[in-house]
Amino acid sequence: MNEHLEQLKEIRSIMERSSKFLSLSGLSGISAGICALAGAWYAHNKIHIEGLYHLFDPKVRSEIVPFLLLDALVVLITALASGIFFTVRKTRKQGLSVWTSTSKRLLTSMFVPLIAGGIFCLGLLYNGFFWLCFPATLVFYGIALVNASKYTVHDTFYLGISEIILGIIALFLAQWNLWFWAVGFGVLHIIYGIVVYFRYETK
Amino acid sequence: MNLLQNFNKAFESKARLGIMSVLMVNDEVSFNMLKEILALTDGNLATHLRALEEANYITFRKEFIGRKPSTIYSVTDEGKQAFNDHLNELEKFIKGT
Repeated sequence: MNEHLEQLKEIRSIMERSSKFLSLSGLSGISAGICALAGAWYAHNKIHIEGLYHLFDPKVRSEIVPFLLLDALVVLITALASGIFFTVRKTRKQGLSVWTSTSKRLLTSMFVPLIAGGIFCLGLLYNGFFWLCFPATLVFYGIALVNASKYTVHDTFYLGISEIILGIIALFLAQWNLWFWAVGFGVLHIIYGIVVYFRYETK
Repeated sequence: MNLLQNFNKAFESKARLGIMSVLMVNDEVSFNMLKEILALTDGNLATHLRALEEANYITFRKEFIGRKPSTIYSVTDEGKQAFNDHLNELEKFIKGT
């Protein structure tokens, strides 16, 4: 009887372990965080130097919005590229392929909330609620991570929850938006990356 | 004790149950991936894979990833059926005692 219970437990544990993409590199998180911090720092300087701090003023907004969008886009692309680079490198080292059914499931579960969030933010911009994009990107990104955490290391779940909480707080503290954004996409990614790196990659 | 007779002989070893468990939740899995998940040696894993293959529970195909040849395994309908039957037997056995 015990032997059979053991068998069932073993089967369940193997099924769970093997349906997760465990080759996500911690270095990906660290590099994405650094890109985000650089982008936030650049935006912060620009806003201060040019005295464009009043985002609620429509004239100022028409100048700063395209700049911030471009800045965010550059951050997104460099963060994604470096993230993909380190994860692909890790799977190569392990002799595994990157494009498996688990990595596909991970990406699908992540991209559904992300694309919804992206379109949602475009809608906010279109309607002139520019500042709401900062909390919204954090919240949608957090939901994407919580959703994707079923298919990868469990630490991703906590990163997602933290992003959601941060996004919600940012919603009520509009003047600190850029700071919350820098903490959420910069600092949290770096912490997550370090934790994942030391927990799974230094063994 | 006659319940024991219903257990599938092909799933007697832990390694074979492990292989089937992995293949039940993943469409396709490479030899290296199986080796890593189950922590088996090349020879050991190959033997068990051959046994399951001879029972028509799994199939495989060869593929090149870059320049390295790789063998990709997947479970057959027959294999799924057999594994589910085996799980049901396990469950019955546990409930019955």
